[in-house]
Amino acid sequence: MEIKVKVNGTAHSLDVPDNTLLVDVLRERLGLTGTHVGCDTSQCGACVVHLDGTAVKSCTVLAGQADGAEVTTIEGIGRPDDLHPMQAAFRENHALQCGFCTPGMIMSAIDMVQKSDGRLDEAAVRDGLEGNLCRCTGYHNIVKAVLAAQDRM
Amino acid sequence: MYQFNYHKPSTLTEATSRMVEAEEGAYLSGGMTLIPTLKQRLAAPSDVIDLSGLPGMSGISIDGDIVSIGAMTRHAEVAASDAIPALAELAGGIGDAHVRNRGTLGGSIANSDPAADYPAAIVALDSTVRTSIGPIAGGDFFTGLFETALREGEIVTSVDFRIPDAAAYEKFPNPASRYAVVGVMVARCGDAVCVGVTGAGPYAFRATALEEALAADFSPGAVDGVAVDSSDFNADIHASAEYRAHLVGVLTKRAVARLG
Amino acid sequence: MATETGIGASVKRKEDARFITGAGRYTDDVGQHGQTYAVFARSPYARARLNGLDTSAALATDGVVAVFTGADLQASEVGDLPCGWMVKSKDGSDMVQPPHPPLAVSSVNYVGEPYAVVIGETLDAAKNGAEALDPDFEELEAVVDLATAAGADQIHESVPNNQCYDWELGDKAATDAAFAQAHHVASIDIVNNRLIPNAIEPRAALGEYDEASGTYTLHTTSQNPHLERLVLAAFVNIAPEARLRVISPDVGGGFGSKIFVYAEETAVIWAAGQLRRPVKWRAERSESFLADAHGRDHVTHAELAVAQDGRFLGLRVQNKANMGAYLSTFASSVPTYLYGTLMAGQYKTPAIYVEVQSLFTNTAPVDAYRGAGRPEATYIVERLVETAAREMGIDPAELRRRNFIQPADFPYETPVALTYDTGDYEASLNRALDHADYAGFQARREASEQAGKKRGIGFSCYIEACGLAPSQVAISLGAGVGLFEVGEVRVDVTGSVTVVTGSHSHGQSHETTFAQIISDKLGVPFENVTVLHGDTGRSDYALGTYGSRSLAVGGSAIIKATDKIIAKGKKIAAHMLEANEDQVEFEDGSFNVADSNQSLTFGEVAFSAYVPANYPLEDLEPGLSEKAFYDPPNFTYPAGAHICEVEVDPDTGVVTIEKFVAVDDFGHVINPMIVEGQVHGGLAQGIGQALLEHGVYDDTGQLLSGSYMDYTMPRADDLPSFTVDTTVTPCTHNPLGVKGCGEAGAIGSTAAVMNAVTDALGVKDVPMPATSETVWRALRNGGNG
Repeated sequence: MEIKVKVNGTAHSLDVPDNTLLVDVLRERLGLTGTHVGCDTSQCGACVVHLDGTAVKSCTVLAGQADGAEVTTIEGIGRPDDLHPMQAAFRENHALQCGFCTPGMIMSAIDMVQKSDGRLDEAAVRDGLEGNLCRCTGYHNIVKAVLAAQDRM
Repeated sequence: MYQFNYHKPSTLTEATSRMVEAEEGAYLSGGMTLIPTLKQRLAAPSDVIDLSGLPGMSGISIDGDIVSIGAMTRHAEVAASDAIPALAELAGGIGDAHVRNRGTLGGSIANSDPAADYPAAIVALDSTVRTSIGPIAGGDFFTGLFETALREGEIVTSVDFRIPDAAAYEKFPNPASRYAVVGVMVARCGDAVCVGVTGAGPYAFRATALEEALAADFSPGAVDGVAVDSSDFNADIHASAEYRAHLVGVLTKRAVARLG
Repeated sequence: MATETGIGASVKRKEDARFITGAGRYTDDVGQHGQTYAVFARSPYARARLNGLDTSAALATDGVVAVFTGADLQASEVGDLPCGWMVKSKDGSDMVQPPHPPLAVSSVNYVGEPYAVVIGETLDAAKNGAEALDPDFEELEAVVDLATAAGADQIHESVPNNQCYDWELGDKAATDAAFAQAHHVASIDIVNNRLIPNAIEPRAALGEYDEASGTYTLHTTSQNPHLERLVLAAFVNIAPEARLRVISPDVGGGFGSKIFVYAEETAVIWAAGQLRRPVKWRAERSESFLADAHGRDHVTHAELAVAQDGRFLGLRVQNKANMGAYLSTFASSVPTYLYGTLMAGQYKTPAIYVEVQSLFTNTAPVDAYRGAGRPEATYIVERLVETAAREMGIDPAELRRRNFIQPADFPYETPVALTYDTGDYEASLNRALDHADYAGFQARREASEQAGKKRGIGFSCYIEACGLAPSQVAISLGAGVGLFEVGEVRVDVTGSVTVVTGSHSHGQSHETTFAQIISDKLGVPFENVTVLHGDTGRSDYALGTYGSRSLAVGGSAIIKATDKIIAKGKKIAAHMLEANEDQVEFEDGSFNVADSNQSLTFGEVAFSAYVPANYPLEDLEPGLSEKAFYDPPNFTYPAGAHICEVEVDPDTGVVTIEKFVAVDDFGHVINPMIVEGQVHGGLAQGIGQALLEHGVYDDTGQLLSGSYMDYTMPRADDLPSFTVDTTVTPCTHNPLGVKGCGEAGAIGSTAAVMNAVTDALGVKDVPMPATSETVWRALRNGGNG
């Protein structure tokens, strides 16, 4: 099937098998390997991207469902010399160790802050990170980072 | 995933015809259950029919004391709605943020997962499930483990909920999956008390013994001494049937206390 | 040199730039032109004979390139997967090691054991092929229960009673005598629950064979690429080490589970050679659950003999340890030398005797998981101490104080074969008590009771032996490898520095910490130091990362190399400045001649080494690049005090952690931010073991907790923010005075949580994990859940 997606601002027209997942479009077809796959039951959140501005697990979206959509991945939000405030906060607060869950964490956290209708507190951030697993940090510094970033977003 | 043909019909008729034509069709709404199932090769549909292109299937409208929610309405949208606060709270506790951004009301109830949250509301609130064929009373909708009253090819289009006088949902989440080990919705409509229970049994049901006790005395204490029959309750590594039965009582009390 | 980037500074990490922008390069991100995809066929049975395997339909499947079976590997003389640590039984006999072919040949012994690999042009093709395999299994009764495994059906022909070894440590007679003198004996029966490691990056491998050079390259998710290469070369017979390169690029967490040499990468690299094409494999999470080495899984009876005044007189431990179906790479060492040796804890217990029977079952192999033996030992000691305190009516903090090894006692030789170099256990405990507001606990407990809740507090004063390890000690105890580390410091022509370490970072932050050390010691800007790791083609043979050894052993090797750089730099500077070498001092990045204003920068000396115009070539080689191997003289002994406070909802049994305090002594700390992060992660895993995580098999050996739907991973909303602090007694025997921090959180915390839970409930024990139903039952029964 033919799909049209705009990824990180660039329009793509791609011919993919019907049973293709969005994450495979990103990783295999577009070489955007910053989006990771950590599980097969849609739990770990390593694959979270923004689909039309909303955080979704790209391992649980078919390519066809993304047809006509705008997708933003970790590669699309900031560069090393021009970081998104959430990226910067993750670095400043040591909110990552092995880095594998980090892209999904950051994409989830950005959406969480953007959708919050006030200042998030620690409990709200912890609740909002329910769909992202991290095995390294114990979440302590991730929570700090999200709380720090919301003031700068 | 096995190979399948992906379709995105733009009318209800086209969708149901695709299903009829398919060797083995599967409707796709939010995909939060179907896609993981496909990924693990636990299902092998020949055709996947995406309902997201159907018009008029999404959104929340209020007409008098009826709240109508389109089947393709995402959990996040229901969670953000103040039409029925207890339903919003329920929707806000489904899965995680990403599931709520994709998962839909219709997809959830059509699956009749014993651990899904929405079924508690379908049975507890005075609800009507509207479909491509006709209305189904909420109380008649769930018929078994992963079984509903939906006929072959029938598509849920919306659900009408009568706004209760008061309602509260209490959930005890599975610590791993975050599905409901037990979820209880208590609703009051006039003198009637409805207690909808999900998670505990093979499918959502109304706890009539609790309802009778609460109709006589709407207080947490009224729950004490009401035996919850757990003979057909689910049991797994997270909770025995006995513990689930206990939780039904605890959660009911908590919901009642909130409605105090 | 104290700077913003030197030793002791919380420097932001170099690694982060790529990880936060999606530019990390993990094994699954590496692709090669023309690569094929491997899918493993795995046993659906816990125990079965494999009487035949028809591959014809699989081979005929569209897109299938090849199918290889266990018999194919055997015919090609692919060796078995070895266990690298020989443990001897009480009677002096060697442990019994059953054959462990990478792909099962004639029998399968756990659900998920691979018996064939299907290679496809696409992943889907390979999966289709794997489904088309037609194995002839004859199911046998599985041996699942550890407690009764010794008397059950014999799993392996060569292993009577399913016993791997029956090991002991300590003086049995002296310990029995101590118990005869006891005023009080506290005893516990403990199940240390099986855990499944769950690094968020699943294991993966990409094997390549270059026909022109006859060279193999394996990208894989390994914590120790050299060890991987050694095993593949020396035991599996892929190729000599010189023609086998193993690269561990960015690795998404390990926690021990990526130390081991597994069937999958073995089959992948071998198949690449057979097919002359790259072969790639990435585990699906369900495969990780089934086939990553699991952790813990002990059944233990333990007793503590106490004098009337609270002095510990003796400790006796009888333990059964589950090895799973086969011996994983270091499985045998975990419940023995990493376990029995820790039974003294922080205490002057004079007599200790430990017996460990290791048994095979039809479950996934069990090996090192964060802490590896030391969490299990700590759990025994600290649960026993708390039990004794409660039974004797002594405050648990006070009972510990009465028994601590005191600062004046170091070096302290324990009755279980270790010599602790230094520590100040009371200092850590006192600091922790302050943070925990122990004095205010009773008031908080009463407030909880008013609210219908139950509150408890629990302690754990742990010690660990890490910085693995003195090679000769380890080898004398059965290790098949030395345990030194290598560090290379290459000063570039313009004075920037490239450091190559044999240890591997998969979250530990070597690129930052090691750069801080170099920046500090050589006065080179932090930005100008690059740390390379994870490639056998880059560094000399070394042993990798586990046992909290990277800084204590790997960092020490780098210091040794740096010392050589400075020594050579002094020679060069002396020549250039026409001074005597012994007059040249190196400080803050300058070579200075004593009592003069003559000075050269580090960069000037480096440049001269590579452009040797004014240079003593007759006495000194050009260049400024040094390498050192470091073999530690002793283990390091991080220790600390963890205090956990919980609240229990008696209606549901839900346990909430209200406060967790960890005060650890890691010796000197290079980067406090990074060290705190390591503690946080360890705490989450230790708390996860106590309250959430459980690898559960049913009676037939099916894994019930085989996905994130059923295996409870700690999530953000399960955990509190932690209070962490450190005390410092520098390690006495390595140049940085460091001890290691990677495992402490996981070692200390579990006992603290369970001591708190049992305190809240007023019961002696609750099995782990203390799930809501378990706790609810314990409350209903008023005793053991």
